[in-house]
Order: sequence, then structure tokens, then C-alpha cells
Amino acid sequence: MIHLCRLISIISALGFVLGLAANNAVARDLRLATTTSTDNSGLLRFLLPRFEAAHAITVRVISVGTGKALKLGENGDVDAVLVHSRPDEDRFIAQGHGVNRRDVMYNDFVIVGPAGDPAALRGGRDAIEAFARIADMQASFVSRGDDSGTHKMEVRYWVELGIQPTENAGYRAAGRGMGEVLLMASELSAYALTDRATYYAMKDKLDLQILVEGDTRLFNPYGAMAVNPAKYSDINFDDAMRFIEWLTSAQGQQAISEFKIDGKQLFFPNAAR
Amino acid sequence: MELIETTRQALELLVSGDSGLWRIVWVSLKISVGALILISPLAIAAGYLLATQSFPGRRLIVVITQALFAFPTVVVGLLLYMLLSRQGPLGSLQLLFTQTAMMIGQMLIAAPILVAFTLSAVQGADPRVRETAIVLGAGRLRTALTVLGEVRFGVMAAVFNGFGRVISEVGCALMVGGNIAGMTRNMPTAIALETTKGEFAQGVALGIVLMALALGVNFAMSWAQGAGAQRQ
Repeated sequence: MIHLCRLISIISALGFVLGLAANNAVARDLRLATTTSTDNSGLLRFLLPRFEAAHAITVRVISVGTGKALKLGENGDVDAVLVHSRPDEDRFIAQGHGVNRRDVMYNDFVIVGPAGDPAALRGGRDAIEAFARIADMQASFVSRGDDSGTHKMEVRYWVELGIQPTENAGYRAAGRGMGEVLLMASELSAYALTDRATYYAMKDKLDLQILVEGDTRLFNPYGAMAVNPAKYSDINFDDAMRFIEWLTSAQGQQAISEFKIDGKQLFFPNAAR
Repeated sequence: MELIETTRQALELLVSGDSGLWRIVWVSLKISVGALILISPLAIAAGYLLATQSFPGRRLIVVITQALFAFPTVVVGLLLYMLLSRQGPLGSLQLLFTQTAMMIGQMLIAAPILVAFTLSAVQGADPRVRETAIVLGAGRLRTALTVLGEVRFGVMAAVFNGFGRVISEVGCALMVGGNIAGMTRNMPTAIALETTKGEFAQGVALGIVLMALALGVNFAMSWAQGAGAQRQ
């Protein structure tokens, strides 16, 4: 009798474990590493329910800087990556960490600053010239300083100018997300480079105005890619491909252009058809 | 494998005297040691008074001090941020995102620990020390210094404990300091940043320094407590 009881409990325990394993295999979530700008702005909260409804796939979002997002992909901690730093994306693909890189959309960047505008940037359309003036005037500038796509874009401008920004006494490398940097710039009456989406989402809390916009160099393209299944056999490659396919489909592209804050479109679809 | 590789890079950074790394260590030590130097005399005096004087509300203050032990550091950060923000009551001082703001935060965090530890050390002292000092005609200050000298190991343990708490504190430091490179970036906030960047080597290197410091402080504290116990 005791043996029988033990046998039954062992069998049920086994069944339980197997059931869990099977359950796991069926309902695998898609893990997506993306940048704070797509998450903070509310774009993903707008897009993902549409994708999830169409495909019955749950997406778990890990929102970090571009550098970290690609690192997560490289380590196989996520299944897909959606970021904005083209040179790093190309390197990611070339080194065999990812496959199927596709253009998805772009948003644009603006230079914001205090109403007082000590470096007289207001109304300018040339980002490089604006940066040169900030350096000349030794004006306060808060940098992301966190290796994010936004930070990399800023660094490219300084490099183009041949200026070492840290020589400016007003330069602050914050090492934080876009939202925190905007709040800090507002507190310190400093300039900052920001994506338009995050700025609009936080506008009410900031003493900052858009001073420079419209330079094509301020356009910021986003790319999506799947983590290479040849590197990690347990990666959720099929769902990653479905997600990228959907983002670049007519349906996904339409959804991106429908996302608005205060009636303003913030992301512009540009997937190749 | 990555763990081993990262640790190797971290050790290289430490040995090669990477200036960025040691700058962060220096900022950390400057702020935390500074905060303790400023707050310790005040907090130790408060602990001594709470232990030796009786006045209305004393019990309540003791209970509040002990409750503040568990006060989350991020809430200290939040309150201080709102006070120092441009819209806040102390906004005109322009202290937000400075080392001074971080120092104030660490003083607030360390104070309850210092007060409570000093209080229990003085209460644990032989009451005859204080009585003798008074009988021998010592003034109030002289008496206090005599008693505190008697329980100096307990007071040292209080200071070490406060230091251990503030040197590794990240929430308040990040909020009111802002993690600005070379200015308000200390060890805990730098480690948090390096991890979000996916750059683990510097994080691990700073983690080693931080752990060495924390262990050193704990050894010092055990020694102080051991030395104190032997004397009694």
C-alpha cells in the first residue's frame, strides 16, 4: 500500500514537471531589447497590443540604451533587438550576432535649451553649427554619456567639429536616460540633444524649448534584427522573425504612423517594401 | 567564460591605475568621509544627550531615531530632490546635482545610525564613570568627553557603521547627484551605469574596490567591538 502511494506520488510529480516543460515550449514569450526612447515615448504600448492580438505572441520588453540592447542580443538574453545606431547595428550583423536587419522607421532629434538661450541657437537649422556655438560660449550642456544611440549621435557631432566636449566647463556627462537628462538640463538651465518623442512626452515638466530642428543629420533611423539562431539554439527565432515581419508590413508601418502625442506624429515608417 | 574575461579586464584596470576609475573612487571617498566628518560630532552629541538627559519627549525621539534606521534611502533622495529642485523651497541655492547635495543626503542617511549606536554605547557604559567625573568637579563638556572616551570603541563602531551604509548607497546619490562624470559619479552610481551600458569590466573593478572597503570597514568595526568588549 505504501509502495503504491509512493509510486502514485512519483508519477504525479513527473507528470507535473513534464506538464510544466510542455507548457513552456508552447507559450514562449518573445523577448525584445529596445531603447528607452521607444518605450518612454509610449510607442511600444501603442504598437505591441496590435501585434500581440494579430499573432497571439506575448512580447516582453527590456528597455535599455542601444549599447546594452545589442549586448543583450549578443549574449542571447533576448530574441530580437530594435535600436537606433546604424554603425553598431551593421557591426552586430557582421560579427554574426544577428540576422535579418530591416529598416523600420525614423524619428528626429532636436536641440533643446533654456528660454534665455545664452548661445543664441534659436531658429537655427544646422546642428553642427549649434554645437560649435555651445562649445564657443562654454554653455552648459547635459550629455547622456551612457553609450546610448542618442549619445553616439552627439559624439559624432563633436568628432566632426574636432572638439573635445569635456574641455567645456559647462559640459555634464550624466550617464542616465533621456528623461532624467531632460530634467537635469531643465534644472541646470542647460542645453541638451533629445529625441522629439521624449521631449513632447515630458514637455509639461520642463523649462526647456526646442531651439534647433529640421537638420537631416538629426534624423534618427531605427532598425530591427533577430538574434542569430545559429549561435543560440534555444532562441525564439520564429517569433522574432514574425515580429520584424509585422513591423515592416503595411499594417505595422501604418500603426507606426498613427502613433501621435498631442496630435503630432513622432515616428515615420521607412521600411523597404 | 565571460565572467573570467571580465574579471581579468577589471583587475587590469585596477592595476594600470586607470584615471577615470580612481577619480570615481576619490569622489566616493571625498563625499562619504566629508559627510561623516560633518555629521558625526552633531550626531554623537545627540546620542550622548539622549542617553544621559531626561526630558519630555525623549522616549519618542529615541523611537523615531530607531525607526529612521529603516528609512529607505530613495525616499531621502526624493525629499531632498524636491527641496533642492528649482521649484523647491531651497531651489535658489542651486545645490541639486552637486557633491554638496550628495553629502547632505549621506549625512541624513548616516545620522540615525550614529545617534542610535552612540546612545546604546553610552547607556552600556559603567554609570560610575559619569558619576565620578561629576563628583571630581568636571564640567558638563568634560564629563561628556570622559564618558565618550570610555566608550570610544562603541562610538567608533557607530562611525564605521555609518560609513559602510553611505559608501555603498546608490538611490539617494543617483537622484540628487545625477551621476555626472567626474563630479557626482561615485562608485555605486558608476556601477549602476556601467551595467546599463553593458560594460562590465569597470563595474566589476569598482565593485572590487567597494567590497574591499566594505570588508575593511567591517573588520575595523569587529576589531573596535572586540577591543571594547575586552576592556569591560
